[in-house]
Amino acid sequence: MNGDTAVFRATQPGRDGDIPRPSWTAMRRRSRPQAIVGVGLWVFIGVATTLFSLFVTAYVMRMSADDAVAIEMPRQLWLSTALLVLGSVLLHNASVSSAAGVTDRARSYLVAGGASAAAFVAVQGWAWLALLSNEVTPTGNPSGSFFFLLTAMHALHVAGGLIGWTVVGLKFQRAPADAGWRIALCARYWHFLLLVWLALFASFSWITPDVARIICRTA
Amino acid sequence: MAYAEHGSDHAPQTFITKYVWSQDHKVIAVQYACTAILVGLVGVALSNLMRLQIGFPGQFEFINAERYYQFVTMHGMIMVIYLLTALFLGGFGNYLIPLMVGARDMVFPYMNMLSFWVYLVSVIVLLASFFAPGGPTGAGWTLYPPQAILPGTPGHDWGIILMLVSLLIFIVATTMGGLNYVTTVLQARCEGMTLMRMPLSVWGIFTATVLALLAFPALFVSGVMMLLDKTLQTSFFMPAIVSLGQVTNYRGGSPLLFQHLFWFFGHPEVYIVALPAFGIVSDLISVHSRKAIFGYRMMVWAIVVIGGLSFVVWAHHMFVSGMNPWFGFFFATSTLIIAVPTAIKVYNWVLTLWRGDIHLSVPMLFTLAFILTFLSGGLTGLFLGNVSVDIPLSGTYFVVAHFHMVMGVAPLLVVFGAIYHWFPKITGRMLDDRIGKTHFWVTFVGTYLIYFPMHYLGVLGMPRRYYNFDNYQFIPQSAHQLNVFITVVALVVGAAQLLFVFNLVWSTFRGRAAGSNPWRAASLEWFTPETPPKHNNWGPHLPVVHRWAYAYSVPGAKEDFIAQNAPLEDGGMEPEPYESPKEVPA
Repeated sequence: MNGDTAVFRATQPGRDGDIPRPSWTAMRRRSRPQAIVGVGLWVFIGVATTLFSLFVTAYVMRMSADDAVAIEMPRQLWLSTALLVLGSVLLHNASVSSAAGVTDRARSYLVAGGASAAAFVAVQGWAWLALLSNEVTPTGNPSGSFFFLLTAMHALHVAGGLIGWTVVGLKFQRAPADAGWRIALCARYWHFLLLVWLALFASFSWITPDVARIICRTA
Repeated sequence: MAYAEHGSDHAPQTFITKYVWSQDHKVIAVQYACTAILVGLVGVALSNLMRLQIGFPGQFEFINAERYYQFVTMHGMIMVIYLLTALFLGGFGNYLIPLMVGARDMVFPYMNMLSFWVYLVSVIVLLASFFAPGGPTGAGWTLYPPQAILPGTPGHDWGIILMLVSLLIFIVATTMGGLNYVTTVLQARCEGMTLMRMPLSVWGIFTATVLALLAFPALFVSGVMMLLDKTLQTSFFMPAIVSLGQVTNYRGGSPLLFQHLFWFFGHPEVYIVALPAFGIVSDLISVHSRKAIFGYRMMVWAIVVIGGLSFVVWAHHMFVSGMNPWFGFFFATSTLIIAVPTAIKVYNWVLTLWRGDIHLSVPMLFTLAFILTFLSGGLTGLFLGNVSVDIPLSGTYFVVAHFHMVMGVAPLLVVFGAIYHWFPKITGRMLDDRIGKTHFWVTFVGTYLIYFPMHYLGVLGMPRRYYNFDNYQFIPQSAHQLNVFITVVALVVGAAQLLFVFNLVWSTFRGRAAGSNPWRAASLEWFTPETPPKHNNWGPHLPVVHRWAYAYSVPGAKEDFIAQNAPLEDGGMEPEPYESPKEVPA
């Protein structure tokens, strides 16, 4: 932050004279694109957090009903979880490399991070097939219904992230020096997707009907 | 290049980029507003059709029971979501935020454009349900399961699906718009525009947008799950049930879960509509009584506190659904606590008027009418917030009267007042004053004639939601006569809105030229280099703000207002926050 201010002082004198007013530099700082998109992303993360929190609340309430039975989590989920962790780490590395000015390494990490997320979605699909072959369907039991619904909602958010990742990649190709903050924001979203998935996975695994009935006091 | 220094070299050139696929917040605002007003006229027409049935039952053969419920449902949903929410956030939010905080545009103009077009798609899907087999849904605007998706409810086939899909699309549009409004307020304010110098309109719209971003997800969750219950036969909300003699595949679902989710959205929704209205009214009252708003900081905090409280009162809509008495106690208490910040606002409006130089212009008439209407609508809310009073009244016309006063008529009066106030900025021309006054008096007096008697009908025990009131022993003849009276007035008020539409169209082309600041207002939007403002709003240099937006009748000033961006030496700064007196060493 101090560095930015110094740059503005050197190159962007305020209109009233040579020394810019503090309010002017503050205005300059918050209107930088990285600040704007960064705040926009935080707001979106807030909205998505609300969405998934409400889904999980609904899940707990519904699982406390008499007809809910626990389902066994498909083993593929451990693979997908590992992929999402990997994606998060890779994008973090991409961000660090880009900030350090190592363009080639940043590019490799960026591509690998996106590919991990895409692989995550594919493995989630594999987990769906595994459940379906065990006759766990979206309609039979609330456990299954919520599993399919929430994994689909999460995968949609990953897919949206991949669209953003594509845009970041194109900007990176055009001007690698200016894309560092974009990669950092992409990494932030990947960390968020990971946290949401961990919360969902934990809910599916641990908030079984018995636990839900204790929470909702219907046991 | 930093956002704030955008030059004017990106101005759109062709008709299409200027007025159709426009990324200019002012054009998008007008697109939003025109769409909302058009769909709102459909809502008014539907309400008049309902009133025809209640006033003259059996006279109009095409209004059968099915159609009546379809009219009720579509009227409610259109008015609350597609008119008021879209108009306050998409219309006023879009137009006012960048101009009032001194920005060149919204921070994400492309997403802003998408927001409008996605909203338009949601409106088209909604209106398409009128032409779908079986017609639109007649489930009531709350769409409670299980009845909403079962045979026996009108539009249970296509109508409900289109309604849910339309809502989901609308939520996507609102989220895209909301991200813009919040980020613009936080990041794109011009130099000197601190948060505590923003006009209350911006505070109201900003807080309402935050509410929308946090509340619409609840509608999204319930909408998605009900859609799956309808299309895939899941049982999120659907209990085991026999429908018209047929055993269904549903089992175990919880209709109460839907109610909780719906009202976790539904109650903040009241304030998504009310908070922008509060903010706009504060500004209008200050301008048209030439006085600083009383207690600016208190007004800001009242808006924020009301917004926060609105998330912990939702179950007062569910008292009759049955709940643990302690829950009822909690929700009744939190509901009544909201009356405190709200009353602060009403007091401050009245204290702003006190000894003000009140100009009874058309915007001011609507503003004064809002205060009265909101007060009477709010007071009946205190009745209904108590569990023991709510339970006998909940199913009656008392509730219809309450919510129409408080969240139907009151915000609409602000919509009208705001349009009369800012129309000169948008078009450069004044709306016609005589038509405006006629429109005002018919609307104001008319709505009181419609809704005041409904309180009485409610206390009498007249049930809401009924299609026909024939042959009920406890409903006296006089109540039927009162219904005829209400219907006649409703038709007149409905027709009077065409006057307003005519005024809008006529004045856009033939209205009196307004000049740049016809109301001699102090807030920033009146000081753009051109009126109407050009693309990028501010010409080569962004404005610099030196004071709040309420420097009216400052002693010793050249005029009776001081522009927010007038030089520092002109004075009229906002009062300093209270500081405790420093101890003087002995």
